[in-house]
Amino acid sequence: MAACSVEDVLAKAEKEEAERLKSITVNKELDLDFDIGNLLALDKNSINSREFKQQNKNEFLRSLARDNTQLLINEIWKHPSEKVEEVIVVKLPDPVTQLPREKPVPKARPPTKWEQFAKLKGIQKKKKTNLVWDEVHKEWKRRWGYKRAKDDTKEWLIEVPENADPNEDQFAKRVHAKKERVAKNEFNRLKNIARSQKLKVPGVGLAPTSHQSKAELAKAVSVAKSATASVGKFQERLPKEKPQRNTGKKRQFQPLIGDFAGEKQKHLDMLKVIESKRPRLDITKAVNKQMREEDGESTERRKGKKGRRGNAPGKGRRNAPGGKGKGKGKGGASKGKGRKPAMRQGKR
Amino acid sequence: MTQSGSVVKPKTKRSKRFLQNREPKATENCKNTMIMKGGNTSQSVTQALKDIYALKKPNAVLYKKKNIMRPFEDSTSLEFFSKKSDCSLFLFGSHNKKRPNNLIFGRLFDFHVLDMFELGIEKFTSLKEVKNSKCAEGTKPMLVFAGELFETDKEYIRLRSVLTDFFRGPSVSAVRLAGLDHVLHFTALEGRVYLRSYRVLLKKSGCRTPRIELEEIGPSIDLVVRRTHLASDDLYRTALRQPKGVKPKKKKNVSHDAFGTKYGRLHMQKQDLSKLQTRKMKGLRKRKGDVAAETGETTSPKKSKAQE
Repeated sequence: MAACSVEDVLAKAEKEEAERLKSITVNKELDLDFDIGNLLALDKNSINSREFKQQNKNEFLRSLARDNTQLLINEIWKHPSEKVEEVIVVKLPDPVTQLPREKPVPKARPPTKWEQFAKLKGIQKKKKTNLVWDEVHKEWKRRWGYKRAKDDTKEWLIEVPENADPNEDQFAKRVHAKKERVAKNEFNRLKNIARSQKLKVPGVGLAPTSHQSKAELAKAVSVAKSATASVGKFQERLPKEKPQRNTGKKRQFQPLIGDFAGEKQKHLDMLKVIESKRPRLDITKAVNKQMREEDGESTERRKGKKGRRGNAPGKGRRNAPGGKGKGKGKGGASKGKGRKPAMRQGKR
Repeated sequence: MTQSGSVVKPKTKRSKRFLQNREPKATENCKNTMIMKGGNTSQSVTQALKDIYALKKPNAVLYKKKNIMRPFEDSTSLEFFSKKSDCSLFLFGSHNKKRPNNLIFGRLFDFHVLDMFELGIEKFTSLKEVKNSKCAEGTKPMLVFAGELFETDKEYIRLRSVLTDFFRGPSVSAVRLAGLDHVLHFTALEGRVYLRSYRVLLKKSGCRTPRIELEEIGPSIDLVVRRTHLASDDLYRTALRQPKGVKPKKKKNVSHDAFGTKYGRLHMQKQDLSKLQTRKMKGLRKRKGDVAAETGETTSPKKSKAQE
């Protein structure tokens, strides 16, 4: 009796459950494709066009839409939900549909000339403190910018150097020098941009410098000479003036027929290089690599020492020069070489 | 592209940030849409543009003036506008004798046209004509595509991709369940695409998942596919390319609360309580010998510095 009643109850419950599910179940020939990340569904079933024409179009479309949306909603409700600030939220998976990007994948900025050089020489960036001690004001001041320490624009008096023209305005000279430096920096920036975009580097030749060297002057002369309507063809040379080097014919060709022995030797040399198993050695590159490795090792050793001493970062940094001084005695000659450019960077 | 290696430096932080926002990124911004009309437009085209603008609203720009252009013949001015407003999707409406009530859906990649689909409006019911309560602005719609054409035909597959891109809105990690109240239903049948937009009514079903009822809110448009312009496979493949490390590294120890206040979690080293400075008393003073030893230790690095 009891068992029978239990079965009855179970059957009844099952029926009820089925009825409840009936309201939210939709039968389709083919299952829908879902992309829940985009809240997207694709119904691949073919639509009965005869039914579509016979019925009211809008009603037909709405019933179709209802069924599809019900299936989509069922799928969304299957995903785990959570309560965030009194609101039930469903976490969406990543979108599956591949859509094209808006802009191309970003490329890394090509290194500037300085960065190239620094990498070649193994120069690492050093973090400088923002504040420095100003002896004159007896105060900690900024290293750069407004109210900086050792601000040479704020000086009210400048000593005239012994060999300088006494009537020269030293203040104006400083301002001018600063302007020149800014202009040079801007020019370098533009050159870097041009190089990165593979354009022709603007104005190769004469960058503004305070004092032109002999080579620069020579170049200026040659540029000026060729700046005529006939590209300097009829420009006369001054007495005792030497012809420009690195100008004129660039490519030189061997004669077609003549030096057979030399030609043979050349080909043989080329073959030798191709045949040999050992790769060719770029000595400068190899040396630089070696130096960089040694530098890296020594800095690591130094870091290890520091770590044992104490972990306060400020203190450690101030200790660093001391640590370096000690390390220098131990290290080889190559280490001293490696350090040189780093110091130059500090001065800049 | 244009901004990244720009020759003119931004003068203010704000303009710098603005330009940075427009640069190509690993994880991109939400695609913006520009909606514009040609030299002549009919009433239904203008209204259709306005309605689609209403659907897209926070991520769209509606051009108010006429812009005489023919995207299929010459896309330069389109590309110019896209660069200007940083939009990579466009909707262009026009009306002429040869192609009455014309809408062009399209998208751009790197400010060049990728795909374009010319669709003619056959029948149009606007948002205003249907007197119903509408969805809130900026709701992320559910998109449903029906019809085997969307699965089999190459053009229709691409059209589906364009429409998905166009209407999907911002990509989000989670949605509010009660906020899922807008469906865009596209049906492809016999060379026509029926666009319907419905409001979803969630009804009790007796189990966890609700039963769905739909209510038409407009716009509903019957569209005919006219001309198409598909991107070449090469270009499309480059446009699909994803960067390697898309997922950004999680920032450790930083959290935000509801008001956007930033919280940081600090990990302190264990404090040495024996060196803690308590109240100074004569009786607790350290002995002279101890002090000397300690100071000697601390000054040693300074000394070495002086020697240098």
